[in-house]
Amino acid sequence: MFYREAGQFKQSYAADQAIFPIRQDRIGLAVILLIAFVGIPLFGNEFLLASVMVPFLILALGAIGLNLLTGYAGLLSLGTAGFMGVGAYAAYKLSTIFPEVNILVWILCSGFFAAAVGAVFGLPSSRIKGFYLAVATLAAQFFLQWCFVRWSWLYNDNASGAIEVPARTLFGIAITGPSATPVTRYLVVLTIVVVMTLIASNIVHGRIGRSWMAVRDMDIAAQLMGIRLLPVKLLAFAVSSFYCGVAGALMVFLWLGAAEPAAFDINLSFVLLFMVIIGGLGSLIGSFFGAALIHILPIAIRMLPDALGLSIGAATVEHLTFMIVGALIIFFLVVEPHGLARLWQIGKQKLRVWPFPY
Amino acid sequence: MRAPGDKSGLKAGDTLLAVENVSLTFGGVKAISEVSFDIRKGEIRAIIGPNGAGKTSMLNVVNGFYHPQHGRITYKGQTRARMKPYQAASQGIARTFQNVALFRGMSTLDNIMVGRTLKMHRGLFWQMLRFGPAMAEEIEHRRVVEDIIDFLQIEAIRKVPVGKLPYGLQKRVELGRALAMEPELLLLDEPMAGMNLEEKEDMCRYILDLNNQFGTTIALIEHDMGVVMDLSDRVVVLEYGHKIADGTPDVVKADAKVIDAYLGIERGVSGPSQESEAT
Ligand SMILES: Nc1ncnc2c1ncn2[C@@H]1O[C@H](COP(=O)(O)OP(=O)(O)O)[C@@H](O)[C@H]1O
Ligand SMILES: [Mg+2]
Repeated sequence: MFYREAGQFKQSYAADQAIFPIRQDRIGLAVILLIAFVGIPLFGNEFLLASVMVPFLILALGAIGLNLLTGYAGLLSLGTAGFMGVGAYAAYKLSTIFPEVNILVWILCSGFFAAAVGAVFGLPSSRIKGFYLAVATLAAQFFLQWCFVRWSWLYNDNASGAIEVPARTLFGIAITGPSATPVTRYLVVLTIVVVMTLIASNIVHGRIGRSWMAVRDMDIAAQLMGIRLLPVKLLAFAVSSFYCGVAGALMVFLWLGAAEPAAFDINLSFVLLFMVIIGGLGSLIGSFFGAALIHILPIAIRMLPDALGLSIGAATVEHLTFMIVGALIIFFLVVEPHGLARLWQIGKQKLRVWPFPY
Repeated sequence: MRAPGDKSGLKAGDTLLAVENVSLTFGGVKAISEVSFDIRKGEIRAIIGPNGAGKTSMLNVVNGFYHPQHGRITYKGQTRARMKPYQAASQGIARTFQNVALFRGMSTLDNIMVGRTLKMHRGLFWQMLRFGPAMAEEIEHRRVVEDIIDFLQIEAIRKVPVGKLPYGLQKRVELGRALAMEPELLLLDEPMAGMNLEEKEDMCRYILDLNNQFGTTIALIEHDMGVVMDLSDRVVVLEYGHKIADGTPDVVKADAKVIDAYLGIERGVSGPSQESEAT
């Protein structure tokens, strides 16, 4: 009974077309943003900020990127990590060639490089879809990773073969490099992720998002509405890869601090795909749920024995974590194949009619 | 609801679409052989014939899904070269499918909004902001879509994912999506198949209203002879890919070949056509 739209009549189509038409949703969102921007920086410790929240947000951004492509446009991709790598290496090159330009500019610009590469590797989608397209994007993944290893210009011929993040500042405050505090890094990542999520939400609720979903659900009928398949699919690849590219650049610059090509291997592609599937295909909030389940849950489980005062060997905890997370993933997929986002919807529906069952 | 934009300058009764000697084969199967007919602006043109006669294939030729091996198609005075479905859409040809082809994961509202795609022009930049001109455009088109929702009496299912709707309503939403394109030529492939009597009557009324009030030209494939005889101005009859009759409902009904090929069958089974004609 607390969560319901009764009595909230929309006076205009603008109000009804709003992304959160229900007041309680808007309040909930405001509370979450307040906690994220004020509560966590004030009260969170270094571990929470640097090892939990920053990676969670960056992975969620990558998951949103993949979700735009796979969940909204229906194009299955296994090249996510490759596109993230393009963003990371582009940001690295740009920031070492033009160190005087602010690093945030380069992080966002790196998205365009990833978008261009993504669009090129999206070309096969004019002819193939489903698993065959997944295999084509897998080729992109391997090719890009090969470039990251072999093309030494990309990592400025470092003997280690890795890229190391230069220290950079914003308004005199260090945001990358060793002297950047976790709070600063967290706030920078949070701001970028929030703004880009808002933009993604705007896109998927408008004409372009509807075209993607139309192509996903019934491409023949979409063509009949005047939608040209190839441009729509390539746009999906480009926008998706932009998001992945920025996530990749953030990953190196504000999370890891340095990265080897192996950071962008096929495992990362699969992890992001898990997040999207478990969180919910075609749901932005689901991307956050998926990232939370896969990144935060194992950390929480690992901390549990200590918190309870049990002494279990580190290796055992590690094994247990794998088993519990794996079991939970299967449990969630069986309970709700449409992902955590759907469970969330169902939960809200229940709240709406509470305390009655219908 | 708005009348479709009349860009062609054709008057009611002028030839909107002319199909001449069209033949279409799939491998060895001849789906359409040497068929010619025309559709005049403002009329309801029925295409009838037994299953497998090539009716659906004919619509697919008209909106560019299939490319006939022989023959010519002239639309709005222009003989067209090979063309793609999205080009047909931009020329004002809309269509519903024999098997509902809705976007199952989207709501009724979003399905119909997709029909407005060609009329929306704000690019990625404004879509990202969803503000100012982009929002104004969104609302302008939402208004048109709401008029269609009104017309089809589907207000209550606006926000429901179409995959959850019963079949009859899905067909109605699909009609709404086609109408959102403000088509000059509307192709309906068995819009009443699988509907109960009440739903059929509603659908007939929508088709007649569209034709009367907005002058929409309609090509209609339908098996219910009562409906066909009531609604259509002219009927073309196909059988095994050949045209066997063409004319007003009365003429076609009296045609010996048609009675043999089509009506005869139904009459043999105690004439359901009679029954539905009474409605
Ligand atoms: N895509 C296709 N591939 C092969 N054969 C087809 C295809 N589409 C239609 N046909 C054949 O063309 C003939 C006419 O089919 P159709 O146009 O669907 O008939 P109707 O709509 O009148 O029932 C049938 O024999 C059918 O098997
Ligand atoms: Mg058919």
